Amino acid sequence: MTLHNFIFGAYPYLAGTIFILGSWIRFDREQYTWKADSSQLLSNKNMRMASNLFHVGILGIFFGHMFGMLVPHSWWQMIATDVQHQWIAIYAGGVFGIMCLIGAIMLFWRRISNPRVKAVSRTRDTFIIGWLLVTVSLGLSTIFVSSGHAAHGDVSSMIALTEWVKSVATLSVDSSLIQDVSLIFKIHIFFGMTVFLVFPFTRLVHVWSIPLTYITRPYQIVRTKHIRMN
Amino acid sequence: MKVRAQIAMVLNLDKCIGCHTCSVTCKNIWSNRKGVEYAWFNNVETKPGIGYPKQWEDQDKWNGGWEKKNGKLELKAGGRTSKLLNLFANPDMPEIDDYYEPFDFDYPKLQNKSLSEACPTARPVSQITGKPMEKIHWGPNWEDDLAGEFEARAKDKNFEGIEKQMYKEFENTFQMYLPRLCNHCLNPSCVASCPSGAMYKREEDGAVLIDQDKCRGWRMCVSACPYKKIYYNWESGKSEKCIMCYPRIESGMPMACAESCVGRIRYVGVILYDADRISDAASPDDEQDLYQSQMDIFLDPNDPEVIKQALADEVPQSWIDAAQKSPVYKMAIEWKIAFPIHPEFRTLPMMWYVPPLSPVQSQIDQGNLPTEADGVIPKSEALRFPVEYLANLLTAGAEAPIVSALNRMLAMRSNQRTIALEGHTNKEVLDQVGLTEEQAEEMYQMLGIANYEDRFVIPTSHEELRHEDPYAFQGQNGYDAGGSSGFTLFPSSRKKTVIPISIVPPKK
Repeated sequence: MTLHNFIFGAYPYLAGTIFILGSWIRFDREQYTWKADSSQLLSNKNMRMASNLFHVGILGIFFGHMFGMLVPHSWWQMIATDVQHQWIAIYAGGVFGIMCLIGAIMLFWRRISNPRVKAVSRTRDTFIIGWLLVTVSLGLSTIFVSSGHAAHGDVSSMIALTEWVKSVATLSVDSSLIQDVSLIFKIHIFFGMTVFLVFPFTRLVHVWSIPLTYITRPYQIVRTKHIRMN
Repeated sequence: MKVRAQIAMVLNLDKCIGCHTCSVTCKNIWSNRKGVEYAWFNNVETKPGIGYPKQWEDQDKWNGGWEKKNGKLELKAGGRTSKLLNLFANPDMPEIDDYYEPFDFDYPKLQNKSLSEACPTARPVSQITGKPMEKIHWGPNWEDDLAGEFEARAKDKNFEGIEKQMYKEFENTFQMYLPRLCNHCLNPSCVASCPSGAMYKREEDGAVLIDQDKCRGWRMCVSACPYKKIYYNWESGKSEKCIMCYPRIESGMPMACAESCVGRIRYVGVILYDADRISDAASPDDEQDLYQSQMDIFLDPNDPEVIKQALADEVPQSWIDAAQKSPVYKMAIEWKIAFPIHPEFRTLPMMWYVPPLSPVQSQIDQGNLPTEADGVIPKSEALRFPVEYLANLLTAGAEAPIVSALNRMLAMRSNQRTIALEGHTNKEVLDQVGLTEEQAEEMYQMLGIANYEDRFVIPTSHEELRHEDPYAFQGQNGYDAGGSSGFTLFPSSRKKTVIPISIVPPKK
């Protein structure tokens, strides 16, 4: 097995399995550790700007990837040509990517420079924001390659990448699909998959807990210790 | 009518000497841990003053509590959508410096320093960064005994509408102590603000608690509590608060703060209230009606109708008995000398306060002040403490109930004085304030003598009603974790309880 085959044939499943199983086990066994782990109390300066840019950016990127890569090709062709698809990806990814990048830089800088935040940071807190920062930077730098492709109407890389993602998602992975795409895509993909790998071991688990039930829940909650007999 | 019981407290500010024993006891038991060094579930502030965290009473700044929006009761900081939109960075979140940067002193330095001309000093060391601190800026009792200049404490929100410059003069200055803890509100804005649904009010005793397993650290409760009595533990990433010492309450013991109070100022008892009318009680248009509207949902524990409904709602008989002897009921409802703190926040707080009388003896001796008929006890309007200030603190500005309470306390004293010196009761002075001789005697026992059995009437919780398997419950946190899916990846006995089949509760 070549390194390419391992990283793009086995690694996605390794990362995915650890992502799902790890999250599940942690939720099951260690709920007390399941939290957003905010440090806003210790330093609030620029937090609204940094945190909102980062979160909106990264959520936009996540759903953008899902939408762009997992929606079947035939469906996409009903709404856009492949070149248009590529431009949508470049612009949407660019906007959300830059939001995320600015936010991540601010948050990373805060984490390593603010004395209080730095003092309470665990290694994995600093690591994960740094890793995300590198990942989004790599993602943004792919734009230089893909905009060149798009300008010349060359959609082969995009098709290869989306087909590979679909092959992973449908458990029929074929790593040769992206044998020939630019190296920058490959590095970005590796970094991205690693985010899922480390996900359960970091504060990222709070992503699972987006409190949407709050919208429909009654304001007040009363719990009873006693068992009702009637 | 839905009868629910609540453990409530009255704090007699007239007797608080500001010794901080309650705070220290609480600190040692509950928040003596990493991440909550800065948190005081109970703290004692000197009033007037801006308090801890700074300006906590100013909801224009913090957006805590509830307000009426278009005739509807809504969270002041915004409803559900606004909460979710602000999830990534809470705009109303206090910063650690609003409380204070927790510190310890470098004590070993005092012993280890080599012999020198200068006296060794123990510098403060931050408990967050571990670095020496240049200066300590604030704390849970920073303004103790009116420390600091008048201009700083004049920012106290309770001065609103008061011509405050005259209180700058030393001759006119006034102060009181205000011990503060979680109010275990009937309409808690913290519970309503928790996006995760981790916070809840316990049906049996009304304790407002945070499920530490379900808390995700969104921090909305911290900003939503208008009393700023929820603290974010920066180490665990979860919010924490006063738990009403529920392990003690469950066994019939008063909270540690109440038990340890050397001035005997705290009274703990049961209040029965109508849970169906909570939102009515929190919703009057005029803020000054809130004190009365909250009183209106308290139920008379001697009323046969109430007792019948209470039993139907599974309030244990022992709790009804306790409610009938409740010192809180007597002081708040029968004698009307205790008031909820800042009812205008509309959370229906359940820690009530007896306003302080203030000493003016030397002025009376000089004949400068109007007195009661006995010529010794001052009239309430002659007191050093401006009634408007107390009204802003306790009744959203309504002065009449405060004056009435002060007058009753004065009349009780005047009556006691007559009994001691002349050997008979002073009916005239009692009639003026609408107290009977029996009530005055009872008030004297409660306020003056304050026996342990009178101050604390706390029924034990009925653990036998839980029908739990105690063995399976070993090592648990004392309450149902709630909302568990039942399915676990790795089955274990950790969250399991055994319920005999005959009493399995019906599915809701």
